[in-house]
Amino acid sequence: MDWLFLDAAFTGGSRDECSAKAGGACWAVIGERLNLFTYGFYPAAERWRVNLSFVLLIFTLIPILFEKVPYRKYALHIAVAFPFVTAWLLVGGLGLTPVETDQFGGFMLTLVIGITGIGFSLPIGILLALGRQSRLRAIQIFSIGFIEFIRGVPLITLLFVASTMLNYFLPPGVTFDLLLRVLIMVTLFASAYMAEVIRGGLQAIPKGQFEAADSMGLHYWSAMRLIVLPQAMKISIPGIVNTFIGLYKDTTLVIIIGLLDPLGIGRASLADTRWTGLSTEVYLFVAIFFFISCFGMARYSQHLENKLETEHKR
Amino acid sequence: MTQKPEPMNEETKSAAENYAVIMRDVHKWYGKFHVLKNINLNVGVGEKIVVCGPSGSGKSTLIRCINRLEEHQQGEIIVEGIELSHDIKNIESIRREVGMVFQHFNLFPHLTVLENCTLAPIWVRKMPLAEANAVAMKYLERVKIPEQANKYPGQLSGGQQQRVAIARSLCMKPRILLFDEPTSALDPEMIKEVLDVMIQLASEGITMICVTHEMGFARTVGDRVIFMDNGEIIEENNPDDFFLNPQHERTKLFLSQILDH
Repeated sequence: MDWLFLDAAFTGGSRDECSAKAGGACWAVIGERLNLFTYGFYPAAERWRVNLSFVLLIFTLIPILFEKVPYRKYALHIAVAFPFVTAWLLVGGLGLTPVETDQFGGFMLTLVIGITGIGFSLPIGILLALGRQSRLRAIQIFSIGFIEFIRGVPLITLLFVASTMLNYFLPPGVTFDLLLRVLIMVTLFASAYMAEVIRGGLQAIPKGQFEAADSMGLHYWSAMRLIVLPQAMKISIPGIVNTFIGLYKDTTLVIIIGLLDPLGIGRASLADTRWTGLSTEVYLFVAIFFFISCFGMARYSQHLENKLETEHKR
Repeated sequence: MTQKPEPMNEETKSAAENYAVIMRDVHKWYGKFHVLKNINLNVGVGEKIVVCGPSGSGKSTLIRCINRLEEHQQGEIIVEGIELSHDIKNIESIRREVGMVFQHFNLFPHLTVLENCTLAPIWVRKMPLAEANAVAMKYLERVKIPEQANKYPGQLSGGQQQRVAIARSLCMKPRILLFDEPTSALDPEMIKEVLDVMIQLASEGITMICVTHEMGFARTVGDRVIFMDNGEIIEENNPDDFFLNPQHERTKLFLSQILDH
């Protein structure tokens, strides 16, 4: 505690200046590089776009996560536009100054990859889980093949494939944004895991539920959407959130293919001669950021489980 | 594996108008196990049929073939004038007219009692929400549990759950109701409340096919009792003759087993 706060130096231009002031932690490195940690190399003049995206994110998440929000129904419809608006804000074009995605970095990069992965892996995972149980042989084989292939390969390998090998498969001259490739790979990777988590939930649904739905004349998709999936998803919540958290933390692997997430920024900062030797401070800071996000997700999943559970108890 | 159903002939068509269900030479196998053997059964519109027999005799399978929860491999089944085939549209249109009540209720645990009842009318019959709610409340009153409408199935007793299941089926206004051992999973003191509802329903003209061992119910409402054993219909008769004067040895044995204890 003393080291963390009381004996810590919060300002200064280098490690030597810190130790001259106090014997504890040197948080000045974080202070100086906070913008780098947050925005990466996003041009300073355009950072308002990142901030605005973050505000939009908050406003999108609130109606999705919480039931008792006024006008939730309309808010949920508007939420569909969020990915497009944010992509436009961050990448630019159509009246905004274009920003190359290799300038993305820091927490902003983590959030972009994490939220894209989380947002898309759930629906894709649901489709794969249903596909795996499909009576249509072709769909079933495709789903099983996809899931088993992706699960059988480390994420790092897929990221390498994304960063290098895809270029060989694409016709010459066609470039394909690196970040977009990473987003696709991370999403597909998480989808395969998600599919298996949801399949576990699907298998826990008693046969009688399917029969009751069938006997009413419900179509397959209606029966799935209204009866089977709500129950299967509820059972799968711990596994789903587990996968989300895993995916979120795995975003740090992008450092390997040269994208600078907070961990990458941290390493770069430590390479600066003024700040060498402050790895504890830097990594602690990054760890705290990840812990807050992941713990938040875990708490929300608890809240969701409790909310859905009380409905069935006497 | 599957024999293509023959096109409906003229004789069948005219018969279909008088019968809710026609089963002709129906066979079904589970792998090599011959579970239904040469079933011939005509159920008149408004008729109440009670199906009984020892466990494993194929009686549940028989009624589950009527709404295609099970597939028959040979013979023809015509329900409300529609022949069951592989066509999913055909199957779904039959299922809209045929309600089913299960042994284990099969209510949807994540929905309230009211939502359980309105789900199919809204999504299958495309009924507006307000109307579906009104219909559901009407039938919940019929089964005497309107006050439970906003509870979840897990909060109700077995007998109450089964009555909700009956109300849920009625909300689709089916022309035929199938009961698959509706009281077998209930505690004895709850059986009566469910049977009372079924007896009341029987007086309202709906076609009912009921797999049950409740012999009192069979005598009160049954127009015909069908006895099955080993996948065959062994005997069918009106309830009085069936119970007092069974013809077949196996029927006598079965009745002695269920009545003399």
